[in-house]
Amino acid sequence: MTSLPETASGSDPASGVTPGVEIALEMRALSLWYGNRQVLDGVSFGVPARTITALIGPSGCGKSSLLRCLNRLNDEVAGCRVGGQVLVGGVDAYAKDALVHELRRRVGMVFQRPNPFPLTVYENVAYGLRLLGVRRRRELDERIEFALKSASLWDEVAARLDDSALSLSLGQQQRLVIARAIAVGPEILLMDEPASALDPAATLRFEELLHELAQRYTVLLVTHNMQQAARVSDYTAFLHQGRLIEFGETDALFTNPHQRQTEDYITGRYG
Amino acid sequence: MDRLHLSQHISRQFNSEIEDVRRQVLAMGGLVEEQIAAAVHMLIERDAAGGAEIREREQQVNAAELAIDERCAYILARRQPAASDLRLVLAVVKMLADLERIGDEAKRIARLAEGLVGEEGGTDITASLAELGVQARSMLRGALDAFARLDETLALDIMRRDKRLDAVYKGLFTILVERMQHVPDQIPVELDRLWCARSFERIGDRCKNLCEYVLYLVRGKDVRHSGLAKTTGALGSDA
Repeated sequence: MTSLPETASGSDPASGVTPGVEIALEMRALSLWYGNRQVLDGVSFGVPARTITALIGPSGCGKSSLLRCLNRLNDEVAGCRVGGQVLVGGVDAYAKDALVHELRRRVGMVFQRPNPFPLTVYENVAYGLRLLGVRRRRELDERIEFALKSASLWDEVAARLDDSALSLSLGQQQRLVIARAIAVGPEILLMDEPASALDPAATLRFEELLHELAQRYTVLLVTHNMQQAARVSDYTAFLHQGRLIEFGETDALFTNPHQRQTEDYITGRYG
Repeated sequence: MDRLHLSQHISRQFNSEIEDVRRQVLAMGGLVEEQIAAAVHMLIERDAAGGAEIREREQQVNAAELAIDERCAYILARRQPAASDLRLVLAVVKMLADLERIGDEAKRIARLAEGLVGEEGGTDITASLAELGVQARSMLRGALDAFARLDETLALDIMRRDKRLDAVYKGLFTILVERMQHVPDQIPVELDRLWCARSFERIGDRCKNLCEYVLYLVRGKDVRHSGLAKTTGALGSDA
């Protein structure tokens, strides 16, 4: 397994990870430009496996852009340039021979606004499986049931698999999207403010689901909600103006952060 | 990390809640300091008149404890504070308990002093007790100053002074035991003096606790049960 690298030049966050902890996803001096505008500057940290890591920071600091680097969604953006490395399970995601579709299978993504396909519940989850070549009905059924159970949605949709996914509530749609990502067997789930469109009760149910997901998958979660980050995450990374300011165990970072900027941000002395 | 600043939140409402709590703790501390001063005065002057005032002020101390505790609960519920704000609220909740207990000790000293009013002799012992009382009061003032200024150096200094107070108490303890052995008829009086000394010593211990909470607030390190040498080491050579 990879160990946490030396930090890049610029900011100097505490490594914050106990030595020997398995790292599922690692950024080494990750930089990003949209044209001439630099959005990320030398970000280096490792995301421990089968934990929840929250990514916090003020609007425009590069959180979502960082997430999109990790499964190369930024490839779709004209004029986008990436520097440094992203290692997924120790393998360079930007290697010349890297298979992007395989990367995106291993690194699933959930967005702020649920985006189920305009298909049935069943077909939403089956879509990715069919792309992987799964044809047999029995295997599809088993894997779809597993994915929906893992997303804590099975009990609510078992009798409605042929209903349109768009007829589900927003909270259910978000869990359906997670089931869709889980179905293809990822290792890592990236989530960009996944609960911000949900009502408080649905948000709390979603947070419970995150804890269950973290037993099997590594979760990296962007959130503007400080209390949510404190509630659900094991580790927290604080970004500011494209740089990593501090990374560490959430308990420690929220009670005694090392960096003044982190202290100011999480205590609301920061715009 | 450089010096804490506990104000300047974006939310002015939150700022003022935090400032109010700090102010109220210092006001409560001031009341308790007056309690100690009044109890020492009763001992030195053999004046029972101060007892009623001390009992009345005790009610104010207790009321302050309840009110500030409640404010802290509201802050935790409404603001979900983090980092230094969280440590401040936690430190204050702990400080309240120690301040209230210091107030109890002062009330105990006052009650004992009332009983000693008519006793002849023991001028030297009374002077020693008064000196203990002055030290204990000074330690409380120092602990409150350390809290007000977020001054870890002062907090550590007060903690060192507790060792000296303990030594003075032990010396006085030995003298009082000897006196009881020599003049058994005087045992009740000497015991009352011993309990006074013990109360001042306990006040010193509580002031040390207050300083531990200040260190937790300022540095985020819980130094309870660590001992002074380990505490100083944990905070680095600047302490």
